[in-house]
Amino acid sequence: MIEIRFHGRGGQGVVTAARLLAEAAFLEGKHCQAFPFFGAERRGAPVVAFARIDDKSIRVRTQVYEPNHVVVLDPTVLETVNVVAGLKRGGLAVINAKKIPEELKNAKVALADATAIAVETLGVPITNTAMLGALAKATEVVSLDSVVKVIEKRFKGKLAEKNVAAAKAAHNRTVIK
Amino acid sequence: MKQVLDGNEAAATAAKLARVKVVSAYPITPQTTIVEKLAEFIANGELDAEYIKVESEHSALSACIGAAATDVRTFTATSSQGLMLMSEILFVASGLRLPIVMTNVNRSLSAPLSIWCDQQDSMAVRDSGWVQLYCENNQEILDTTLQAFRVAEELLLPVMVCFDGYILSHTAEPIEIPEQAEVDKFLPVYKFPNPLDPEKPVTMGPLGVPEYYEEFRYMLQEAMHASKEKLVEVDKEFKKRFGRYYGLIERYRSDDADVILLTMGSLSSSAKEVVDTYRKRGEKVGLVKVRSFRPFPVKELIGALGQAKAVAVLEKDISLGSAGGLFLDAAASFINVKPAPLMLNFICGLAGRDVSPLQIKEAVRAAAKAAETGKVRRAVRWLGLREKVVGLKV
Repeated sequence: MIEIRFHGRGGQGVVTAARLLAEAAFLEGKHCQAFPFFGAERRGAPVVAFARIDDKSIRVRTQVYEPNHVVVLDPTVLETVNVVAGLKRGGLAVINAKKIPEELKNAKVALADATAIAVETLGVPITNTAMLGALAKATEVVSLDSVVKVIEKRFKGKLAEKNVAAAKAAHNRTVIK
Repeated sequence: MKQVLDGNEAAATAAKLARVKVVSAYPITPQTTIVEKLAEFIANGELDAEYIKVESEHSALSACIGAAATDVRTFTATSSQGLMLMSEILFVASGLRLPIVMTNVNRSLSAPLSIWCDQQDSMAVRDSGWVQLYCENNQEILDTTLQAFRVAEELLLPVMVCFDGYILSHTAEPIEIPEQAEVDKFLPVYKFPNPLDPEKPVTMGPLGVPEYYEEFRYMLQEAMHASKEKLVEVDKEFKKRFGRYYGLIERYRSDDADVILLTMGSLSSSAKEVVDTYRKRGEKVGLVKVRSFRPFPVKELIGALGQAKAVAVLEKDISLGSAGGLFLDAAASFINVKPAPLMLNFICGLAGRDVSPLQIKEAVRAAAKAAETGKVRRAVRWLGLREKVVGLKV
């Protein structure tokens, strides 16, 4: 079973990111589960969401404590949250950042400047679809194709096009350190 | 067709497939997205129903009562404080024998304020004459909601379908969505005997004088008992049509078990994983899940637990000043019955606190020790409690 933990802040699409990842895995014939953990609900507060992917049906319903990979939609959460807590050996931290943050200098990191990409493609700094593109590039968890398909299913018209563009741009511009 | 849906979407989809005619509800976390989804279905023409907006849950259920009495299939959903505000009307709905189906997304009660999951809310209204069914996963939510309409309408009892807030309500997983035509065959058009009709006036809910009130309660109790058979019958028919069966209880690797975990709701899934780890080591640990809490499956539990040495009842509720509600009823099932297992109660997972495999194992170990020594030193315990509060002056 692959377990992914998403970090970000309320309003950035963290919960949707986990959900879209699960749906992308489902498209590839896998079993999946996606769920958020909310703190006291408010925009801007740190938010965590989880996705599990497996070849057989998934029964466990605890939070994810030892993720295979983590995805960080907003690098400012690094100041207060240890995003690599429990990260499995060989696991990757896929980060929305231009350079490796001080807090992650010992971790295996993939970098995507998702905020810049989101502003370019969507016009707003909502980084979830870009970060899914980055995750597809940096890991074998799901393909970019599946990410594009679930984005097209979730969003309509122009919004779908822009989010697909964000995912593809991030896929192109992700660097594994 | 398989789709990835969260628990709330599964509940809303079931209400749509049941072709409910009236939805009346008031938003409350974590239930809100159920009625939002239904409002969307109604607004875009996918569901032909009336959505009655109200100013509180008390009014929401009151509106459902009026609607159900006029001969239409009626649905509502709530959580926590909303269910508490409805509590007066819950007894009216069952007393009037109105087959309303309600989802309760389990959430803890104030104070302290919490939006997270436990089962204190529905447990607090267990005596209200509503059938209470608890779901373990999103497929079960959809299927149980469909079954609930059949049971409710055939016995004239309201049914509450309960599932855990966030852990199911906001968790997406693949589930099978049945075809509308198949659901239509399973759920015939709703027909209420003696509906409210200006052409043929009837009185509902008149004064229950001392000479008659007790008989009304007796009949309600008899209907609750009868609902056990009805639940099984409907479940079996559901299986024929859709291939899935749940039962009043589920026995998981428990037939030869010395130690059995007794659970309700989503906790059952993680606990089954723990059972598997013990079984791999050859230890006789099993699990029994209670799906129907009201009516309480006394006979079934005697059959499922009777041969065990010790039973650990894990639950996300507490009857303050006593013990957990599931534990109390499970223990009472064995009154006048021999042999009876030793029973331990573990209160856990309140207000969304994650119940980890380690905590579940702690309960198994305590029950195994009781089985070995034949003694229970403390029947009611708390799992995962912060040491700081233990022994504090309260």
